[in-house]
Amino acid sequence: MNNLRMHILVCGGTGCVSSDSKAVHGRFVAELAKHKMDKEVQVVTTGCFGFCEQGPIVKIYPDNIFYTKVAPADVELIVKEHVVKGRVVEKLLYHDPEKGTSEAEHRHIPFYKSQMRIALRNCGIIDPEKIDDYISVDGYAALGKALESMTPDLVVEEIKRSGLRGRGGAGFPTGLKWDAAKKAAGAKKYVVCNADEGDPGAFMDRSVLEGDPHSVLEAMAICGYAIGADEGVIYIRAEYPLAVERLRIAIAQAEEYGLLGGNILGSDFSFHIRINLGAGAFVCGEETALLNSIQGSRGEPRTRPPFPAQKGLWLAPTNNNNVETYANICPIILKGADWYSSIGTEKSKGTKVFALAGKINNVGLVEVPMGTTIREIVYGIGGGIRGDKKFKALQTGGPSGGCISNENLDLPVEYESLASVGSMMGSGGMIILDEDDCMVNIAKFYLEFTVDESCGKCTPCRIGNRRMHEILERITQGNGTMADLDELKDLGEIIKDCSLCGLGQTAPNPVLSTLRYFYDEYEAHVKEKKCPAGACKNLLKYRVLPEKCIGCTLCARNCPVSCIEGERKKAHVIDSEKCIKCGVCYSKCPVKAIVRD
Amino acid sequence: MSKIKSLDELRKIKEAAKASTDLRTTGENPDRVVLMVGMATCGIAAGARAAMSALLDEISKRNLQNVSVVATGCVGLCYAEPLVEVRVPGRDPIRYGHVNDARAREIIDKHIVQGILLDNAIIGREVPKGE
Repeated sequence: MNNLRMHILVCGGTGCVSSDSKAVHGRFVAELAKHKMDKEVQVVTTGCFGFCEQGPIVKIYPDNIFYTKVAPADVELIVKEHVVKGRVVEKLLYHDPEKGTSEAEHRHIPFYKSQMRIALRNCGIIDPEKIDDYISVDGYAALGKALESMTPDLVVEEIKRSGLRGRGGAGFPTGLKWDAAKKAAGAKKYVVCNADEGDPGAFMDRSVLEGDPHSVLEAMAICGYAIGADEGVIYIRAEYPLAVERLRIAIAQAEEYGLLGGNILGSDFSFHIRINLGAGAFVCGEETALLNSIQGSRGEPRTRPPFPAQKGLWLAPTNNNNVETYANICPIILKGADWYSSIGTEKSKGTKVFALAGKINNVGLVEVPMGTTIREIVYGIGGGIRGDKKFKALQTGGPSGGCISNENLDLPVEYESLASVGSMMGSGGMIILDEDDCMVNIAKFYLEFTVDESCGKCTPCRIGNRRMHEILERITQGNGTMADLDELKDLGEIIKDCSLCGLGQTAPNPVLSTLRYFYDEYEAHVKEKKCPAGACKNLLKYRVLPEKCIGCTLCARNCPVSCIEGERKKAHVIDSEKCIKCGVCYSKCPVKAIVRD
Repeated sequence: MSKIKSLDELRKIKEAAKASTDLRTTGENPDRVVLMVGMATCGIAAGARAAMSALLDEISKRNLQNVSVVATGCVGLCYAEPLVEVRVPGRDPIRYGHVNDARAREIIDKHIVQGILLDNAIIGREVPKGE
C-alpha cells in the first residue's frame, strides 16, 4: 500500500547542485529518518526548475509550496515546521521584490506567470533517474502510439504540419528534414542528436538532458521509426558530466524495459542509441563537423550539398536535430499537430526555451510561446535589470547572433523578426547588457571566442576574423581610426559571404549588429578616445575634483598601487602615470569627489 | 525489470507508476480537494497522526484522485483536536473535530465519496466526543 503523503522535490540541475542542493537532499533524508517519517515522505531529485537565480529550489507536494535559496542548514526547520507541523516556513518563500510580498505557489511568481512549458514539461516534476517516473507522465506513450497506429509517413506528416522548426538556431523546418532523410535511399540510416551546446550563456539543452533525458531518447526512436533508421547517436560534450551520467542511466533503463533495443513494444521496429562524447570544440555543433567528429575525423565542416539527409554519418542518410527540437516531438505526437501549431506565431510555432543571463534579476531558464515580446521576457519574467541600472542591449544567438537595442524591446521573439534586426534566434542564450557594458568590448569578446574556435578550414574565417579582432583591439585601446570602422564592415560582409559553415557565416554578426545600433559608441572610441560605458580601461582617466575632496584619505589607503597622494583634510591627487584604472578609489570615495572620464 | 512487450503492458506500468507521481500533479491542480489535518503540538498529542494515516490509507485503498492530505498548524481549537478541515473548491470549508481512525475513514466514505456531511462531528455545532 502506497501511503506517501508528501513529496519533497529537490532540484538536481547543475545550477542548484553547484549551490549545494545535493547536501540539501542528504539532510532531508537524514532529518526525515530522525522524525521516523521516511516511510510517508519521499525525497526526489528532479531536473532544473529554471529559476536558477533563487536556487537551490525545493518544492513540496501536495501543499504545492515553492521554497527558494534553501541551504542545508534550513532543512531541519522545514522538516520540523512544515513536514511535521504543517506550518509553511515563511522566510524561505519567494519574495517579490516589487510588491514586497511572498509567494508560496510557483504559479503566482512573476517568473513563472507567462511561461509555457512544452520542452521543459517534466523538468522539476519527475526524477530523471527513474524511468517509471517518466512513464507515469505519459512517457513512451508517443512512441507506442506511433508504432501501433501511425505509419512512418503519418509521423513525418504530423511533424511537418506542426510547424516545428530546428531549435539549434537556424530554424529549418523539422518535418522537411525528416522527410528528406526518409526519402533518401539507403538500407542503413542514422538518427543523430546534437547535444554539443556551445554558445556562451546557453544551457537549455543541458537542462533538458539532466531533467528529462527519456524525452530525447523517445523522440529519437520516433524519428528512427519515421525515417527508417535503427541506430541513434547522441553527440554530447564531455563538459556536461551530469547530463552524460543521466543519459547513460536513462539508456540502460530503457533497454531493460525493452523500450530501446530489438522489437520495441512487440513490433518489428528496433532502435539502439549510443553516446559519443565531444571534446568541446564550438565548431562541432555545426552539423557536418559534428558528423566528422563522430567518425573520428577532424571536426571540420563538409561542403553541402550533399546534405546529411542524403550523405550524413558514414555517408548514410542521417537526420540530425538539436536536443530541444527532440524534446518537442512527443507532445506533438500525443496531442497532435493542430494543438502545437495553435501556439506561437504564423511562421514560428510552439515555444522556445531561453537561458537568461547577464545583468538581469532573475537569471535562469524560461520557456515562452513564440511571439512573446523581449520586454515581457526581460522585465516580466526576468524581473528587470539588476541594481536598477539602465537596459542597454540584449544579446541573442551567442557568437553567431547580434545585439538588440532599446528601440526593439517590443519586438516579438520569432526566427524572422530577430533576423530582421540583425540578430538571430540561435540556440536561445539571452545575455542582458546594461549601461556599464561597452558594446565595442562585447563585440570584441564574442569575436575572440570565434577566432579561438574557428577550425581554420576557410581563409576568410581563419584570417579575416583575426584581422577584425585586431581592429577592435586597436579601437578599445584608443588607436582606432574612422577608416577602421569601414574596414570592419567590409571585412565582416566578406567573411559572411565566403565561409563554408555557419560559424564563419555568422562570426562577424556581433560586430556588424553593434556597428548598426551603437555606431555612436564606436565613434566615441575613435574620435574622442572615450569609452562611454567606462569599460575600456585604456581610455579611462580617473581624477579628483579638488573642490569636492574632503581629504579623508580613504582612496589613498585603498589604492593597490599607491598612486594617490595628499595630506589629511586636503585635496588628493591621482598620478595617472602609475594608475592602473582599477576603479577602487571611485567606488570607495564617500563624497563622489572622484570622476571617471 | 522485465521487457515491456506491448502498449497495453506500458499502460499498466504507467498506472502503477502514477501512484508515485500523482501527488505532484494533484498538487498543481487548483480544483483539488484538500484535507487539512491539524498537526501542531496539540493535534499530535491528541492523535492527529492516527487520523492522518487513516485518511491516507483510505484514499489509497479507494484510489481517489485529486484529493490531497496536508498537514497544517494549530487553529486554536485545541479542545477539539484532532481536527480535519475539508476544502472542496467552491464550497465552504467544513471542519471536523475529535477525528480518530474511524471518523477519518467515515469522512472519506461519507463526505468525500458520497457527498454527505458528518453532521454530528462538525465544529461549530454540538460535537460529541469520538468513541
